Amino acid sequence: MRQAESTNLNVLIVCSGLISKTSCDMEVSVEAKRIMVVALGKLYSSRTQRGGLRLHRSLLLTLVMKSARDMYHEAQTTAESAAPGCEHQQQQQHQSTGEVATEPTGVQTELQGPASLATGKPRTLPGEEVVCSPAELRRDAENKENLCPTPHSRKRRGKAAVEPDFLPCKKAKLEQQLIVNSVLLDYVNCSSELGAHPTPMPLQRAIAAC
Amino acid sequence: MGEDAESPKINHTFLRDYVTEADVISTVEFNQTGDLLATGDKGGRVVIFQRETESKGESEEVGETGDSGEYNVYSTFQSHEPDFDYLKSLEIEEKINKIRWLPQQNAAHFLLSTNDKTIKLWKVSERDKRPEGYNLKDEEGRIKDISTITSLQVPVLKPTDLMVEVRPRRVFSNGHTYHVNSISVNSDGETYLSADDLRINMWHLGITDRSFNIVDIKPANMEDLTEVITAAEFHPHHCHLFVYSSSKGTLRLCDMRASALCDRHTKLFEEPEDPGSRSFFSEIISSVSDVKFSHSGRYLLTRDYLTAKVWDLNMDKGPVETYQVHEYLRSKLCSLYENDCIFDKFECVWNSSDSVIMTGAYNSFFRMFDRETGRGVTLEAWRESSKPRAVLRTRRVYNGGKRRRGDVGVDSLDFTKKILHMAWHPSENIIAIAATNNLYIFQDRVNPEAQVQ
Repeated sequence: MRQAESTNLNVLIVCSGLISKTSCDMEVSVEAKRIMVVALGKLYSSRTQRGGLRLHRSLLLTLVMKSARDMYHEAQTTAESAAPGCEHQQQQQHQSTGEVATEPTGVQTELQGPASLATGKPRTLPGEEVVCSPAELRRDAENKENLCPTPHSRKRRGKAAVEPDFLPCKKAKLEQQLIVNSVLLDYVNCSSELGAHPTPMPLQRAIAAC
Repeated sequence: MGEDAESPKINHTFLRDYVTEADVISTVEFNQTGDLLATGDKGGRVVIFQRETESKGESEEVGETGDSGEYNVYSTFQSHEPDFDYLKSLEIEEKINKIRWLPQQNAAHFLLSTNDKTIKLWKVSERDKRPEGYNLKDEEGRIKDISTITSLQVPVLKPTDLMVEVRPRRVFSNGHTYHVNSISVNSDGETYLSADDLRINMWHLGITDRSFNIVDIKPANMEDLTEVITAAEFHPHHCHLFVYSSSKGTLRLCDMRASALCDRHTKLFEEPEDPGSRSFFSEIISSVSDVKFSHSGRYLLTRDYLTAKVWDLNMDKGPVETYQVHEYLRSKLCSLYENDCIFDKFECVWNSSDSVIMTGAYNSFFRMFDRETGRGVTLEAWRESSKPRAVLRTRRVYNGGKRRRGDVGVDSLDFTKKILHMAWHPSENIIAIAATNNLYIFQDRVNPEAQVQ
């Protein structure tokens, strides 16, 4: 459990590193992911800031996330029709869980993937209440790891795992993780439930949850 | 840019942000005559400056009016304290979001100050006389021995040193669930509005336990929320009209005669989005951070992240003028998003004759635009160039093209030095610029009176 926690948080941070290393030609989707990760970080930290949650700021952040998600989705669609090979398969995997879940799945997959490698169990997020096709997600996660150049991600993860200095203490880590994950979960829940391309829905949950 | 060595307020730079955070000025406002200037800061304090009316010492030139024009501290008081919402377990910041002066009706001055939740009405009065010659008390206030009193006298008012007293007269609390961003006094002199993210309330200045909700944009389901209210203001002359801006970049003019609840706007001012300039951050940069009626009441001035726009109340299809404040930042939006600068809320102001508009930028720069020529100028609020009597020189930001000496490169801009708050004297060319915890007051000596068009 503890290892999973640390791995997950490492992975979230590693995500941004992974993003830049992704083999995608689509810079748009890379930037989109980065923007989303940053938005999540800001949403999380705004919960602890003095004066309480700022509605305007949270709304803008979720709108940015939505923009980024939409653009990522578009980029993925165009890439899928254009690019063959590894990415193509990857896209198909994503497609199977529903068009929309591409982005959040992508992020969550990255969370789950390496962790599942570490613990050997698909369930990685403590306190998780994933309702939406977890089996598919896990499959994607594992498959994604198989499809993508694993050595890179493995190496990254390992590196991050031995650098716990910049990470806050265990307790804070757990909370941080839970909060971030709950935001993502709402995200994922909504998007998969809705199936097709959603409107503001999933992102606004982030506000309400906050 | 170097560190501030000395400043009007104590600024121990080695202690940096932690200590001086409370000194950061969060609002600036002249009163209706321009004789008083109030500033509010993050620590909940209000400082009022008063303009000197008598020239001290010799006049500059023969024929000059007695106005030396210097603003000196008149009074300082703690307006708001940090508070705590026990129900939501949330701290309520004491930062003063806005100050608005009431029109003066007698010798005392009144101002409204607000933090995120509570609005307060303060009375600022002077005392320069005190009664002397009491029958029962002596000079120090001790009760006299009755046997020593042999005659009666009438106490006489004698002049004393000027004392400024500030007292809270009203506290308007529990009116807002969300964070208050604007207050505006009505031209009727009796009411005012306060706006938070989702609602606008109207209060009577004399009644604190009740307010009328005049705008409510809270959706039934918070998940459907798509926009929030960012600023609101009453029309300067028509007591039934007010405007509010939204995070989507729209303005809504509302007429309170139409209905009690003004959810349905009378006019919607919206500029169609340019699809070619769409980016990840389009929504953020189109959010209006400030809206101001012109003194004439005919125009509206709005500020979003990159531009300032002038709208004609008679035309809702789009702004009549658009001014690029710092277009060179458009390609840097991603980094500004990461360092949070993209969320900065800049204010904008009109000059007294509505011929010039002014707004702030980064690197201690602020911009003025002449509406007639359409030309803009960049000025800097920086101590080295701000010695008394020094002439402000114009600055330029270099972003490709021909570079001139003195130009500042886009990448060397200091984004921590932001000019968010400012005010323009109601009748003269005097401006007050808040630069973090410093207040700059600039006066135009060449053309002190505004040119009337």
